Amino acid sequence: MLRDAWLIAQKDLRIEIRSRIITNQIAPYTLLILVLFGFALDADIETLRDTGPGLFWVSILLVAILAIQRAVDIENSDSAQDRLLLSPVSSFSIYIGKTLGLFLQLLLLEVLMMIAMIALFDSSVDDFLLVSATGVIATIAIASTGTLYGVLATGLGVRETLLPILLLPVLAPVVIGATRAFGDAFGRVNADGWAWVGLLSVVAVLYTLLGMLAYGQLLEEA
Amino acid sequence: MQNVRNPNLTSSKGTRFMGFLLLVGVPTLVLFAFFLTPEDDNMEDAVRLLYIHVPMAIFAYVAVITTGIGSIFYLWKKSRWWDTVAHASAEIGLIFCGLVLVTGSIWGRPTWNTWWEWGDVRLVTTLVLFLMLLGYLALRQVPANPDLRAKRASVVGIIVAINIPIVNRSVEWWENSTLHQQSSLTDGKLEDLTLFTLFLGLILAGVCYLWLMTHRFRVGWLQTEIENEGAIGVLQERIAEGTASSTETIIKEDGEGEVR
Amino acid sequence: MTPVIDLQNSMVLLGRFPALTDLTMLASKGEIIIVKGPNGAGKSTLLRLCAGLLPMKQGTGSVLGFDLTTERMSVRPHVGLLGHKTGLYADLTVEENMGFWAQISNASSADKRSAMDLLGLKGRLESVCVRNLSEGQRRRVSLATLVVQRPSIWLLDEPHAALDKEGKELVDSLIIEASKAGATVLIASHEIDKVGLNQKRIIEIAGGSVVSDTGESHGKENNVT
Repeated sequence: MLRDAWLIAQKDLRIEIRSRIITNQIAPYTLLILVLFGFALDADIETLRDTGPGLFWVSILLVAILAIQRAVDIENSDSAQDRLLLSPVSSFSIYIGKTLGLFLQLLLLEVLMMIAMIALFDSSVDDFLLVSATGVIATIAIASTGTLYGVLATGLGVRETLLPILLLPVLAPVVIGATRAFGDAFGRVNADGWAWVGLLSVVAVLYTLLGMLAYGQLLEEA
Repeated sequence: MQNVRNPNLTSSKGTRFMGFLLLVGVPTLVLFAFFLTPEDDNMEDAVRLLYIHVPMAIFAYVAVITTGIGSIFYLWKKSRWWDTVAHASAEIGLIFCGLVLVTGSIWGRPTWNTWWEWGDVRLVTTLVLFLMLLGYLALRQVPANPDLRAKRASVVGIIVAINIPIVNRSVEWWENSTLHQQSSLTDGKLEDLTLFTLFLGLILAGVCYLWLMTHRFRVGWLQTEIENEGAIGVLQERIAEGTASSTETIIKEDGEGEVR
Repeated sequence: MTPVIDLQNSMVLLGRFPALTDLTMLASKGEIIIVKGPNGAGKSTLLRLCAGLLPMKQGTGSVLGFDLTTERMSVRPHVGLLGHKTGLYADLTVEENMGFWAQISNASSADKRSAMDLLGLKGRLESVCVRNLSEGQRRRVSLATLVVQRPSIWLLDEPHAALDKEGKELVDSLIIEASKAGATVLIASHEIDKVGLNQKRIIEIAGGSVVSDTGESHGKENNVT
């Protein structure tokens, strides 16, 4: 099962490396969002530092929506999805593979964004371990929910508009949790970051389980 | 609820009785809430809104949980009945949620001196729930294969219901405090009349939910019924297509034996 | 001998539309069957039903001994379906696509090589992105990914479309090879002349049911030998 999942994730990553959409289009877009926040918040460095964690995760969500749609398009543009259904691979493996591929792409974008944020907002990281743990766990939650909602909103002809309104409210707890934990790690708010990591872990596990249960059903035509 | 005898009406003896109860009950509630109950020491007259706000809030959550249960049963039994229940309940839940947010804001203005208080767990949770329900109903509006749509909506419905405690917990930790009244029903300091009015409001909200549910369910059921009737016509046309083309073949077989 | 495909009064709904209304057919091991009919007759739906991709609304059916109402998932790994779309990843090379599908279907790399040889995908083509291939070349790659799977049932939707004369002959010989090896082949085509196979059973469908069948339940007699 894990071998098949890894094959699928590897294939997605190879396609992304080949098409360069993540690095040439989506990554500059994240940078652009940060710059726009800078303009909107009047380039006041203290404000930017305070709101940095929140801006970070809001930007990641906006970018994640694009990455999710990309991941779904890979399977749908030439109905490779039918082929996968007809292969001996289980829907669990497909789900885990697609989630893993999305997770690694988002993680890369987060690293780039973090570098940009430290440079542009002059943020300083107090607790590197907390930042890493939050990043990884929140991204698992986003990738697992995103993979599920990606197929859910597809095939109805209104995916671009439907996906955000379905996905973003469900991820509200992730935004709250990850923002707080980052706030603590950046030394901007007095909160217990690790408690938030705990909550994020619960959310990540729960959403992944739900995704594993529902994904196979959603891949079916009827 | 299952049998709709007269397709022109969604009402029945049961719904008329519930409607009558509401017709009598709502003025009674207004009488008690606005005139007979005393004003609160802290909240003064604003407390009177709670007699509507609290029952509405409770049944908004009941509605969403019903949607979640309906969704689970739909995926399990694949029955149209449960799908219609889930859909109907979500719509009513959205209306109740909306009213909770509006009454909460109106109540918050004199009490907390602000229309919206981010620090209040229950209001923020309800807002997120409102948004999730909007998404759910947006999905239900999309023109698509009804079975496919029902299946997808069910997955969303279950996730919405499961998300309520998670959102609630995260918002609670988020501000570490709540401005909200501690549950008014349990603090024991309420006067008898206040308690009675709150109880009356709760019963009326319940009747109102059931009443709207029944009507909305029947409308939904009739809608699918109409779609199914259309499907029979389509099937007959489709079968006719086959027979027409087979006679065509027979005629042509003398010549080429090939259709088109 | 039990038939490989056994459909009795099958009805398939696509949404509310009855794509198949009342379809009955039998197919035995090694048989080559051409399904013809006008556009929208239900040819593609029939192939997808046999692949276990669509649920049956009414009727009974089994494919390879698996009941289509209860076990249609089990049918899938034994089926090779060539649809209107090729099911390839446009950003991967021919070699990478072949590699992925071979690994996914647990085929050895020797199988992969021989499938590529068979379809003439050697040399320069190997390292070309599928995006840059012509329509006909893509169909060859797609066929090669099917060959690798060694399916027991081949479901080919207009397999001759977009292929040159040489390609068509190649497809015909592939079909005959597969049939000799014991696979059952269903070919959907609205232009029957394009299928160059000589001995063949033709099932004509319209309006979602069979209107004529040249080899009804004769089974093996119609085989290409």
